[in-house]
Amino acid sequence: MSVDTVKQPNWFSRLAHPGQFLAWSRYLIWPLAIATGLSFAIGLWFAFFNSPEDYQMGDMVRVMYVHVPNAWLSQLVYGVMAVSALGTLVWRHPLADVANKAAAPLGAVFTALALYTGSLWGRPTWGTFWEWDGRMTSTLVLLLIYLGIIALWRAFDDQLKAGRIIAIVTLVGALNIPVIKFSVDWWNTLHQPASVFTKDGPKMPGSILTPLLVMMLAFTLLFALLQVVRMRTEILRRRAETLSRQAALQGVAK
Amino acid sequence: MSAFRALIGRDLKLAFRAGGEALTLVLFFVMVAVIVPFAIGPDRPQLTRLAPGIVWIAAFLSMLLGLDRLFRNDDEDGSLTLLRHAGLPLEAVVAAKVIAHWLMTALPLLLATPVLALLLSMSWAQWGQTVLALLIGTPALVSFGALGAAVTVGLRRGGLIAPVLILPLSIPIMIFGVGMMDPLAGSGATLFLIALSLVVTAFSPFAAALALRVAGE
Repeated sequence: MSVDTVKQPNWFSRLAHPGQFLAWSRYLIWPLAIATGLSFAIGLWFAFFNSPEDYQMGDMVRVMYVHVPNAWLSQLVYGVMAVSALGTLVWRHPLADVANKAAAPLGAVFTALALYTGSLWGRPTWGTFWEWDGRMTSTLVLLLIYLGIIALWRAFDDQLKAGRIIAIVTLVGALNIPVIKFSVDWWNTLHQPASVFTKDGPKMPGSILTPLLVMMLAFTLLFALLQVVRMRTEILRRRAETLSRQAALQGVAK
Repeated sequence: MSAFRALIGRDLKLAFRAGGEALTLVLFFVMVAVIVPFAIGPDRPQLTRLAPGIVWIAAFLSMLLGLDRLFRNDDEDGSLTLLRHAGLPLEAVVAAKVIAHWLMTALPLLLATPVLALLLSMSWAQWGQTVLALLIGTPALVSFGALGAAVTVGLRRGGLIAPVLILPLSIPIMIFGVGMMDPLAGSGATLFLIALSLVVTAFSPFAAALALRVAGE
């Protein structure tokens, strides 16, 4: 009687295999795309036609349905990157650095959109595109951190080494973001009393909260979809690079 | 411990014998302060008001300028590989290099601040507070710099990327450093700056050493 001592790969290592990932994530794209499209349709319909105007801001309040989801994603994406950085450093998960690389530009775009829609919203309501408000400033710093990480990804030739080094930077950034947030809030209250944001904002009625939640779901699904597609693209790109390198080696051998 | 001291001594000796770099850095530091009045006008009260901020910006820029050679020379001539396999843990090596780098780049800047105080018509009290703030804050700046230098050591064109990475992370240091001047919230800012500086200086050798290990694989 022989005992099978070969360890069967568990679900975690099956998840880790880039080839396996390519196989199962293929069936994820279309459902995700359809869910994203549907929730965007519902959310936009709510936002444009089935939500009340604000008694002060009028139609401008509808910017919120785009602004808040982007602001939410700007932080969620950094969370995803921090988790994948842990995956790279602790488990050396071969997909983790792919996830980090795929997420960085997405996070930067969502953060930039949050700032952009915020300043579009701020112009008519506060009378200025930009205010050195605590929340805006820390979002701007977050954008700078994203851009630094993207620049670092682009500077490396060896992508595997880059993944582990950038994981360190991502984690240092993740530890530092609360400190930046705190210091910016401290600095802001030092320089000017908070006049625009009040501590307890107006309680939202359900007619505004529902479209907001649907739009947040839609944007989150959009991120998930783009992330899966970008991860697949990155894996295929690395594979193509390896193949062309092998072909070049064979060409030299002949 | 003797290896630790020897490493600091080696870095200082290299800097002194190769010569000039610390002085060039001081020159740059003073020059930044010199060009500011050309940009904002020679109005003395206004200069007095802006002076601490200008000194901090000049210090930031000078520190970033000198950051690239923290590990690069050692990486190029191979001594970093030797240090990685030395009896001293790599974390301690990084800490020694941070101390040596602080002595070579931050200390000369601190000694040059009276010139800036004169040029920017700072009062003596203002100057004293600025020097104290820089004294507390610069170790954290050098430590962040060590992290940036370690992360980019393997890159041929890493010179510009390290400052871009470090600058957003160092914003709290600048906020609390300049905030120390504030008559109302100054004591709070001092404590925050000390806490921040201690934590960053304690932890960054570990992160930088990890990055150096990965880079050397």
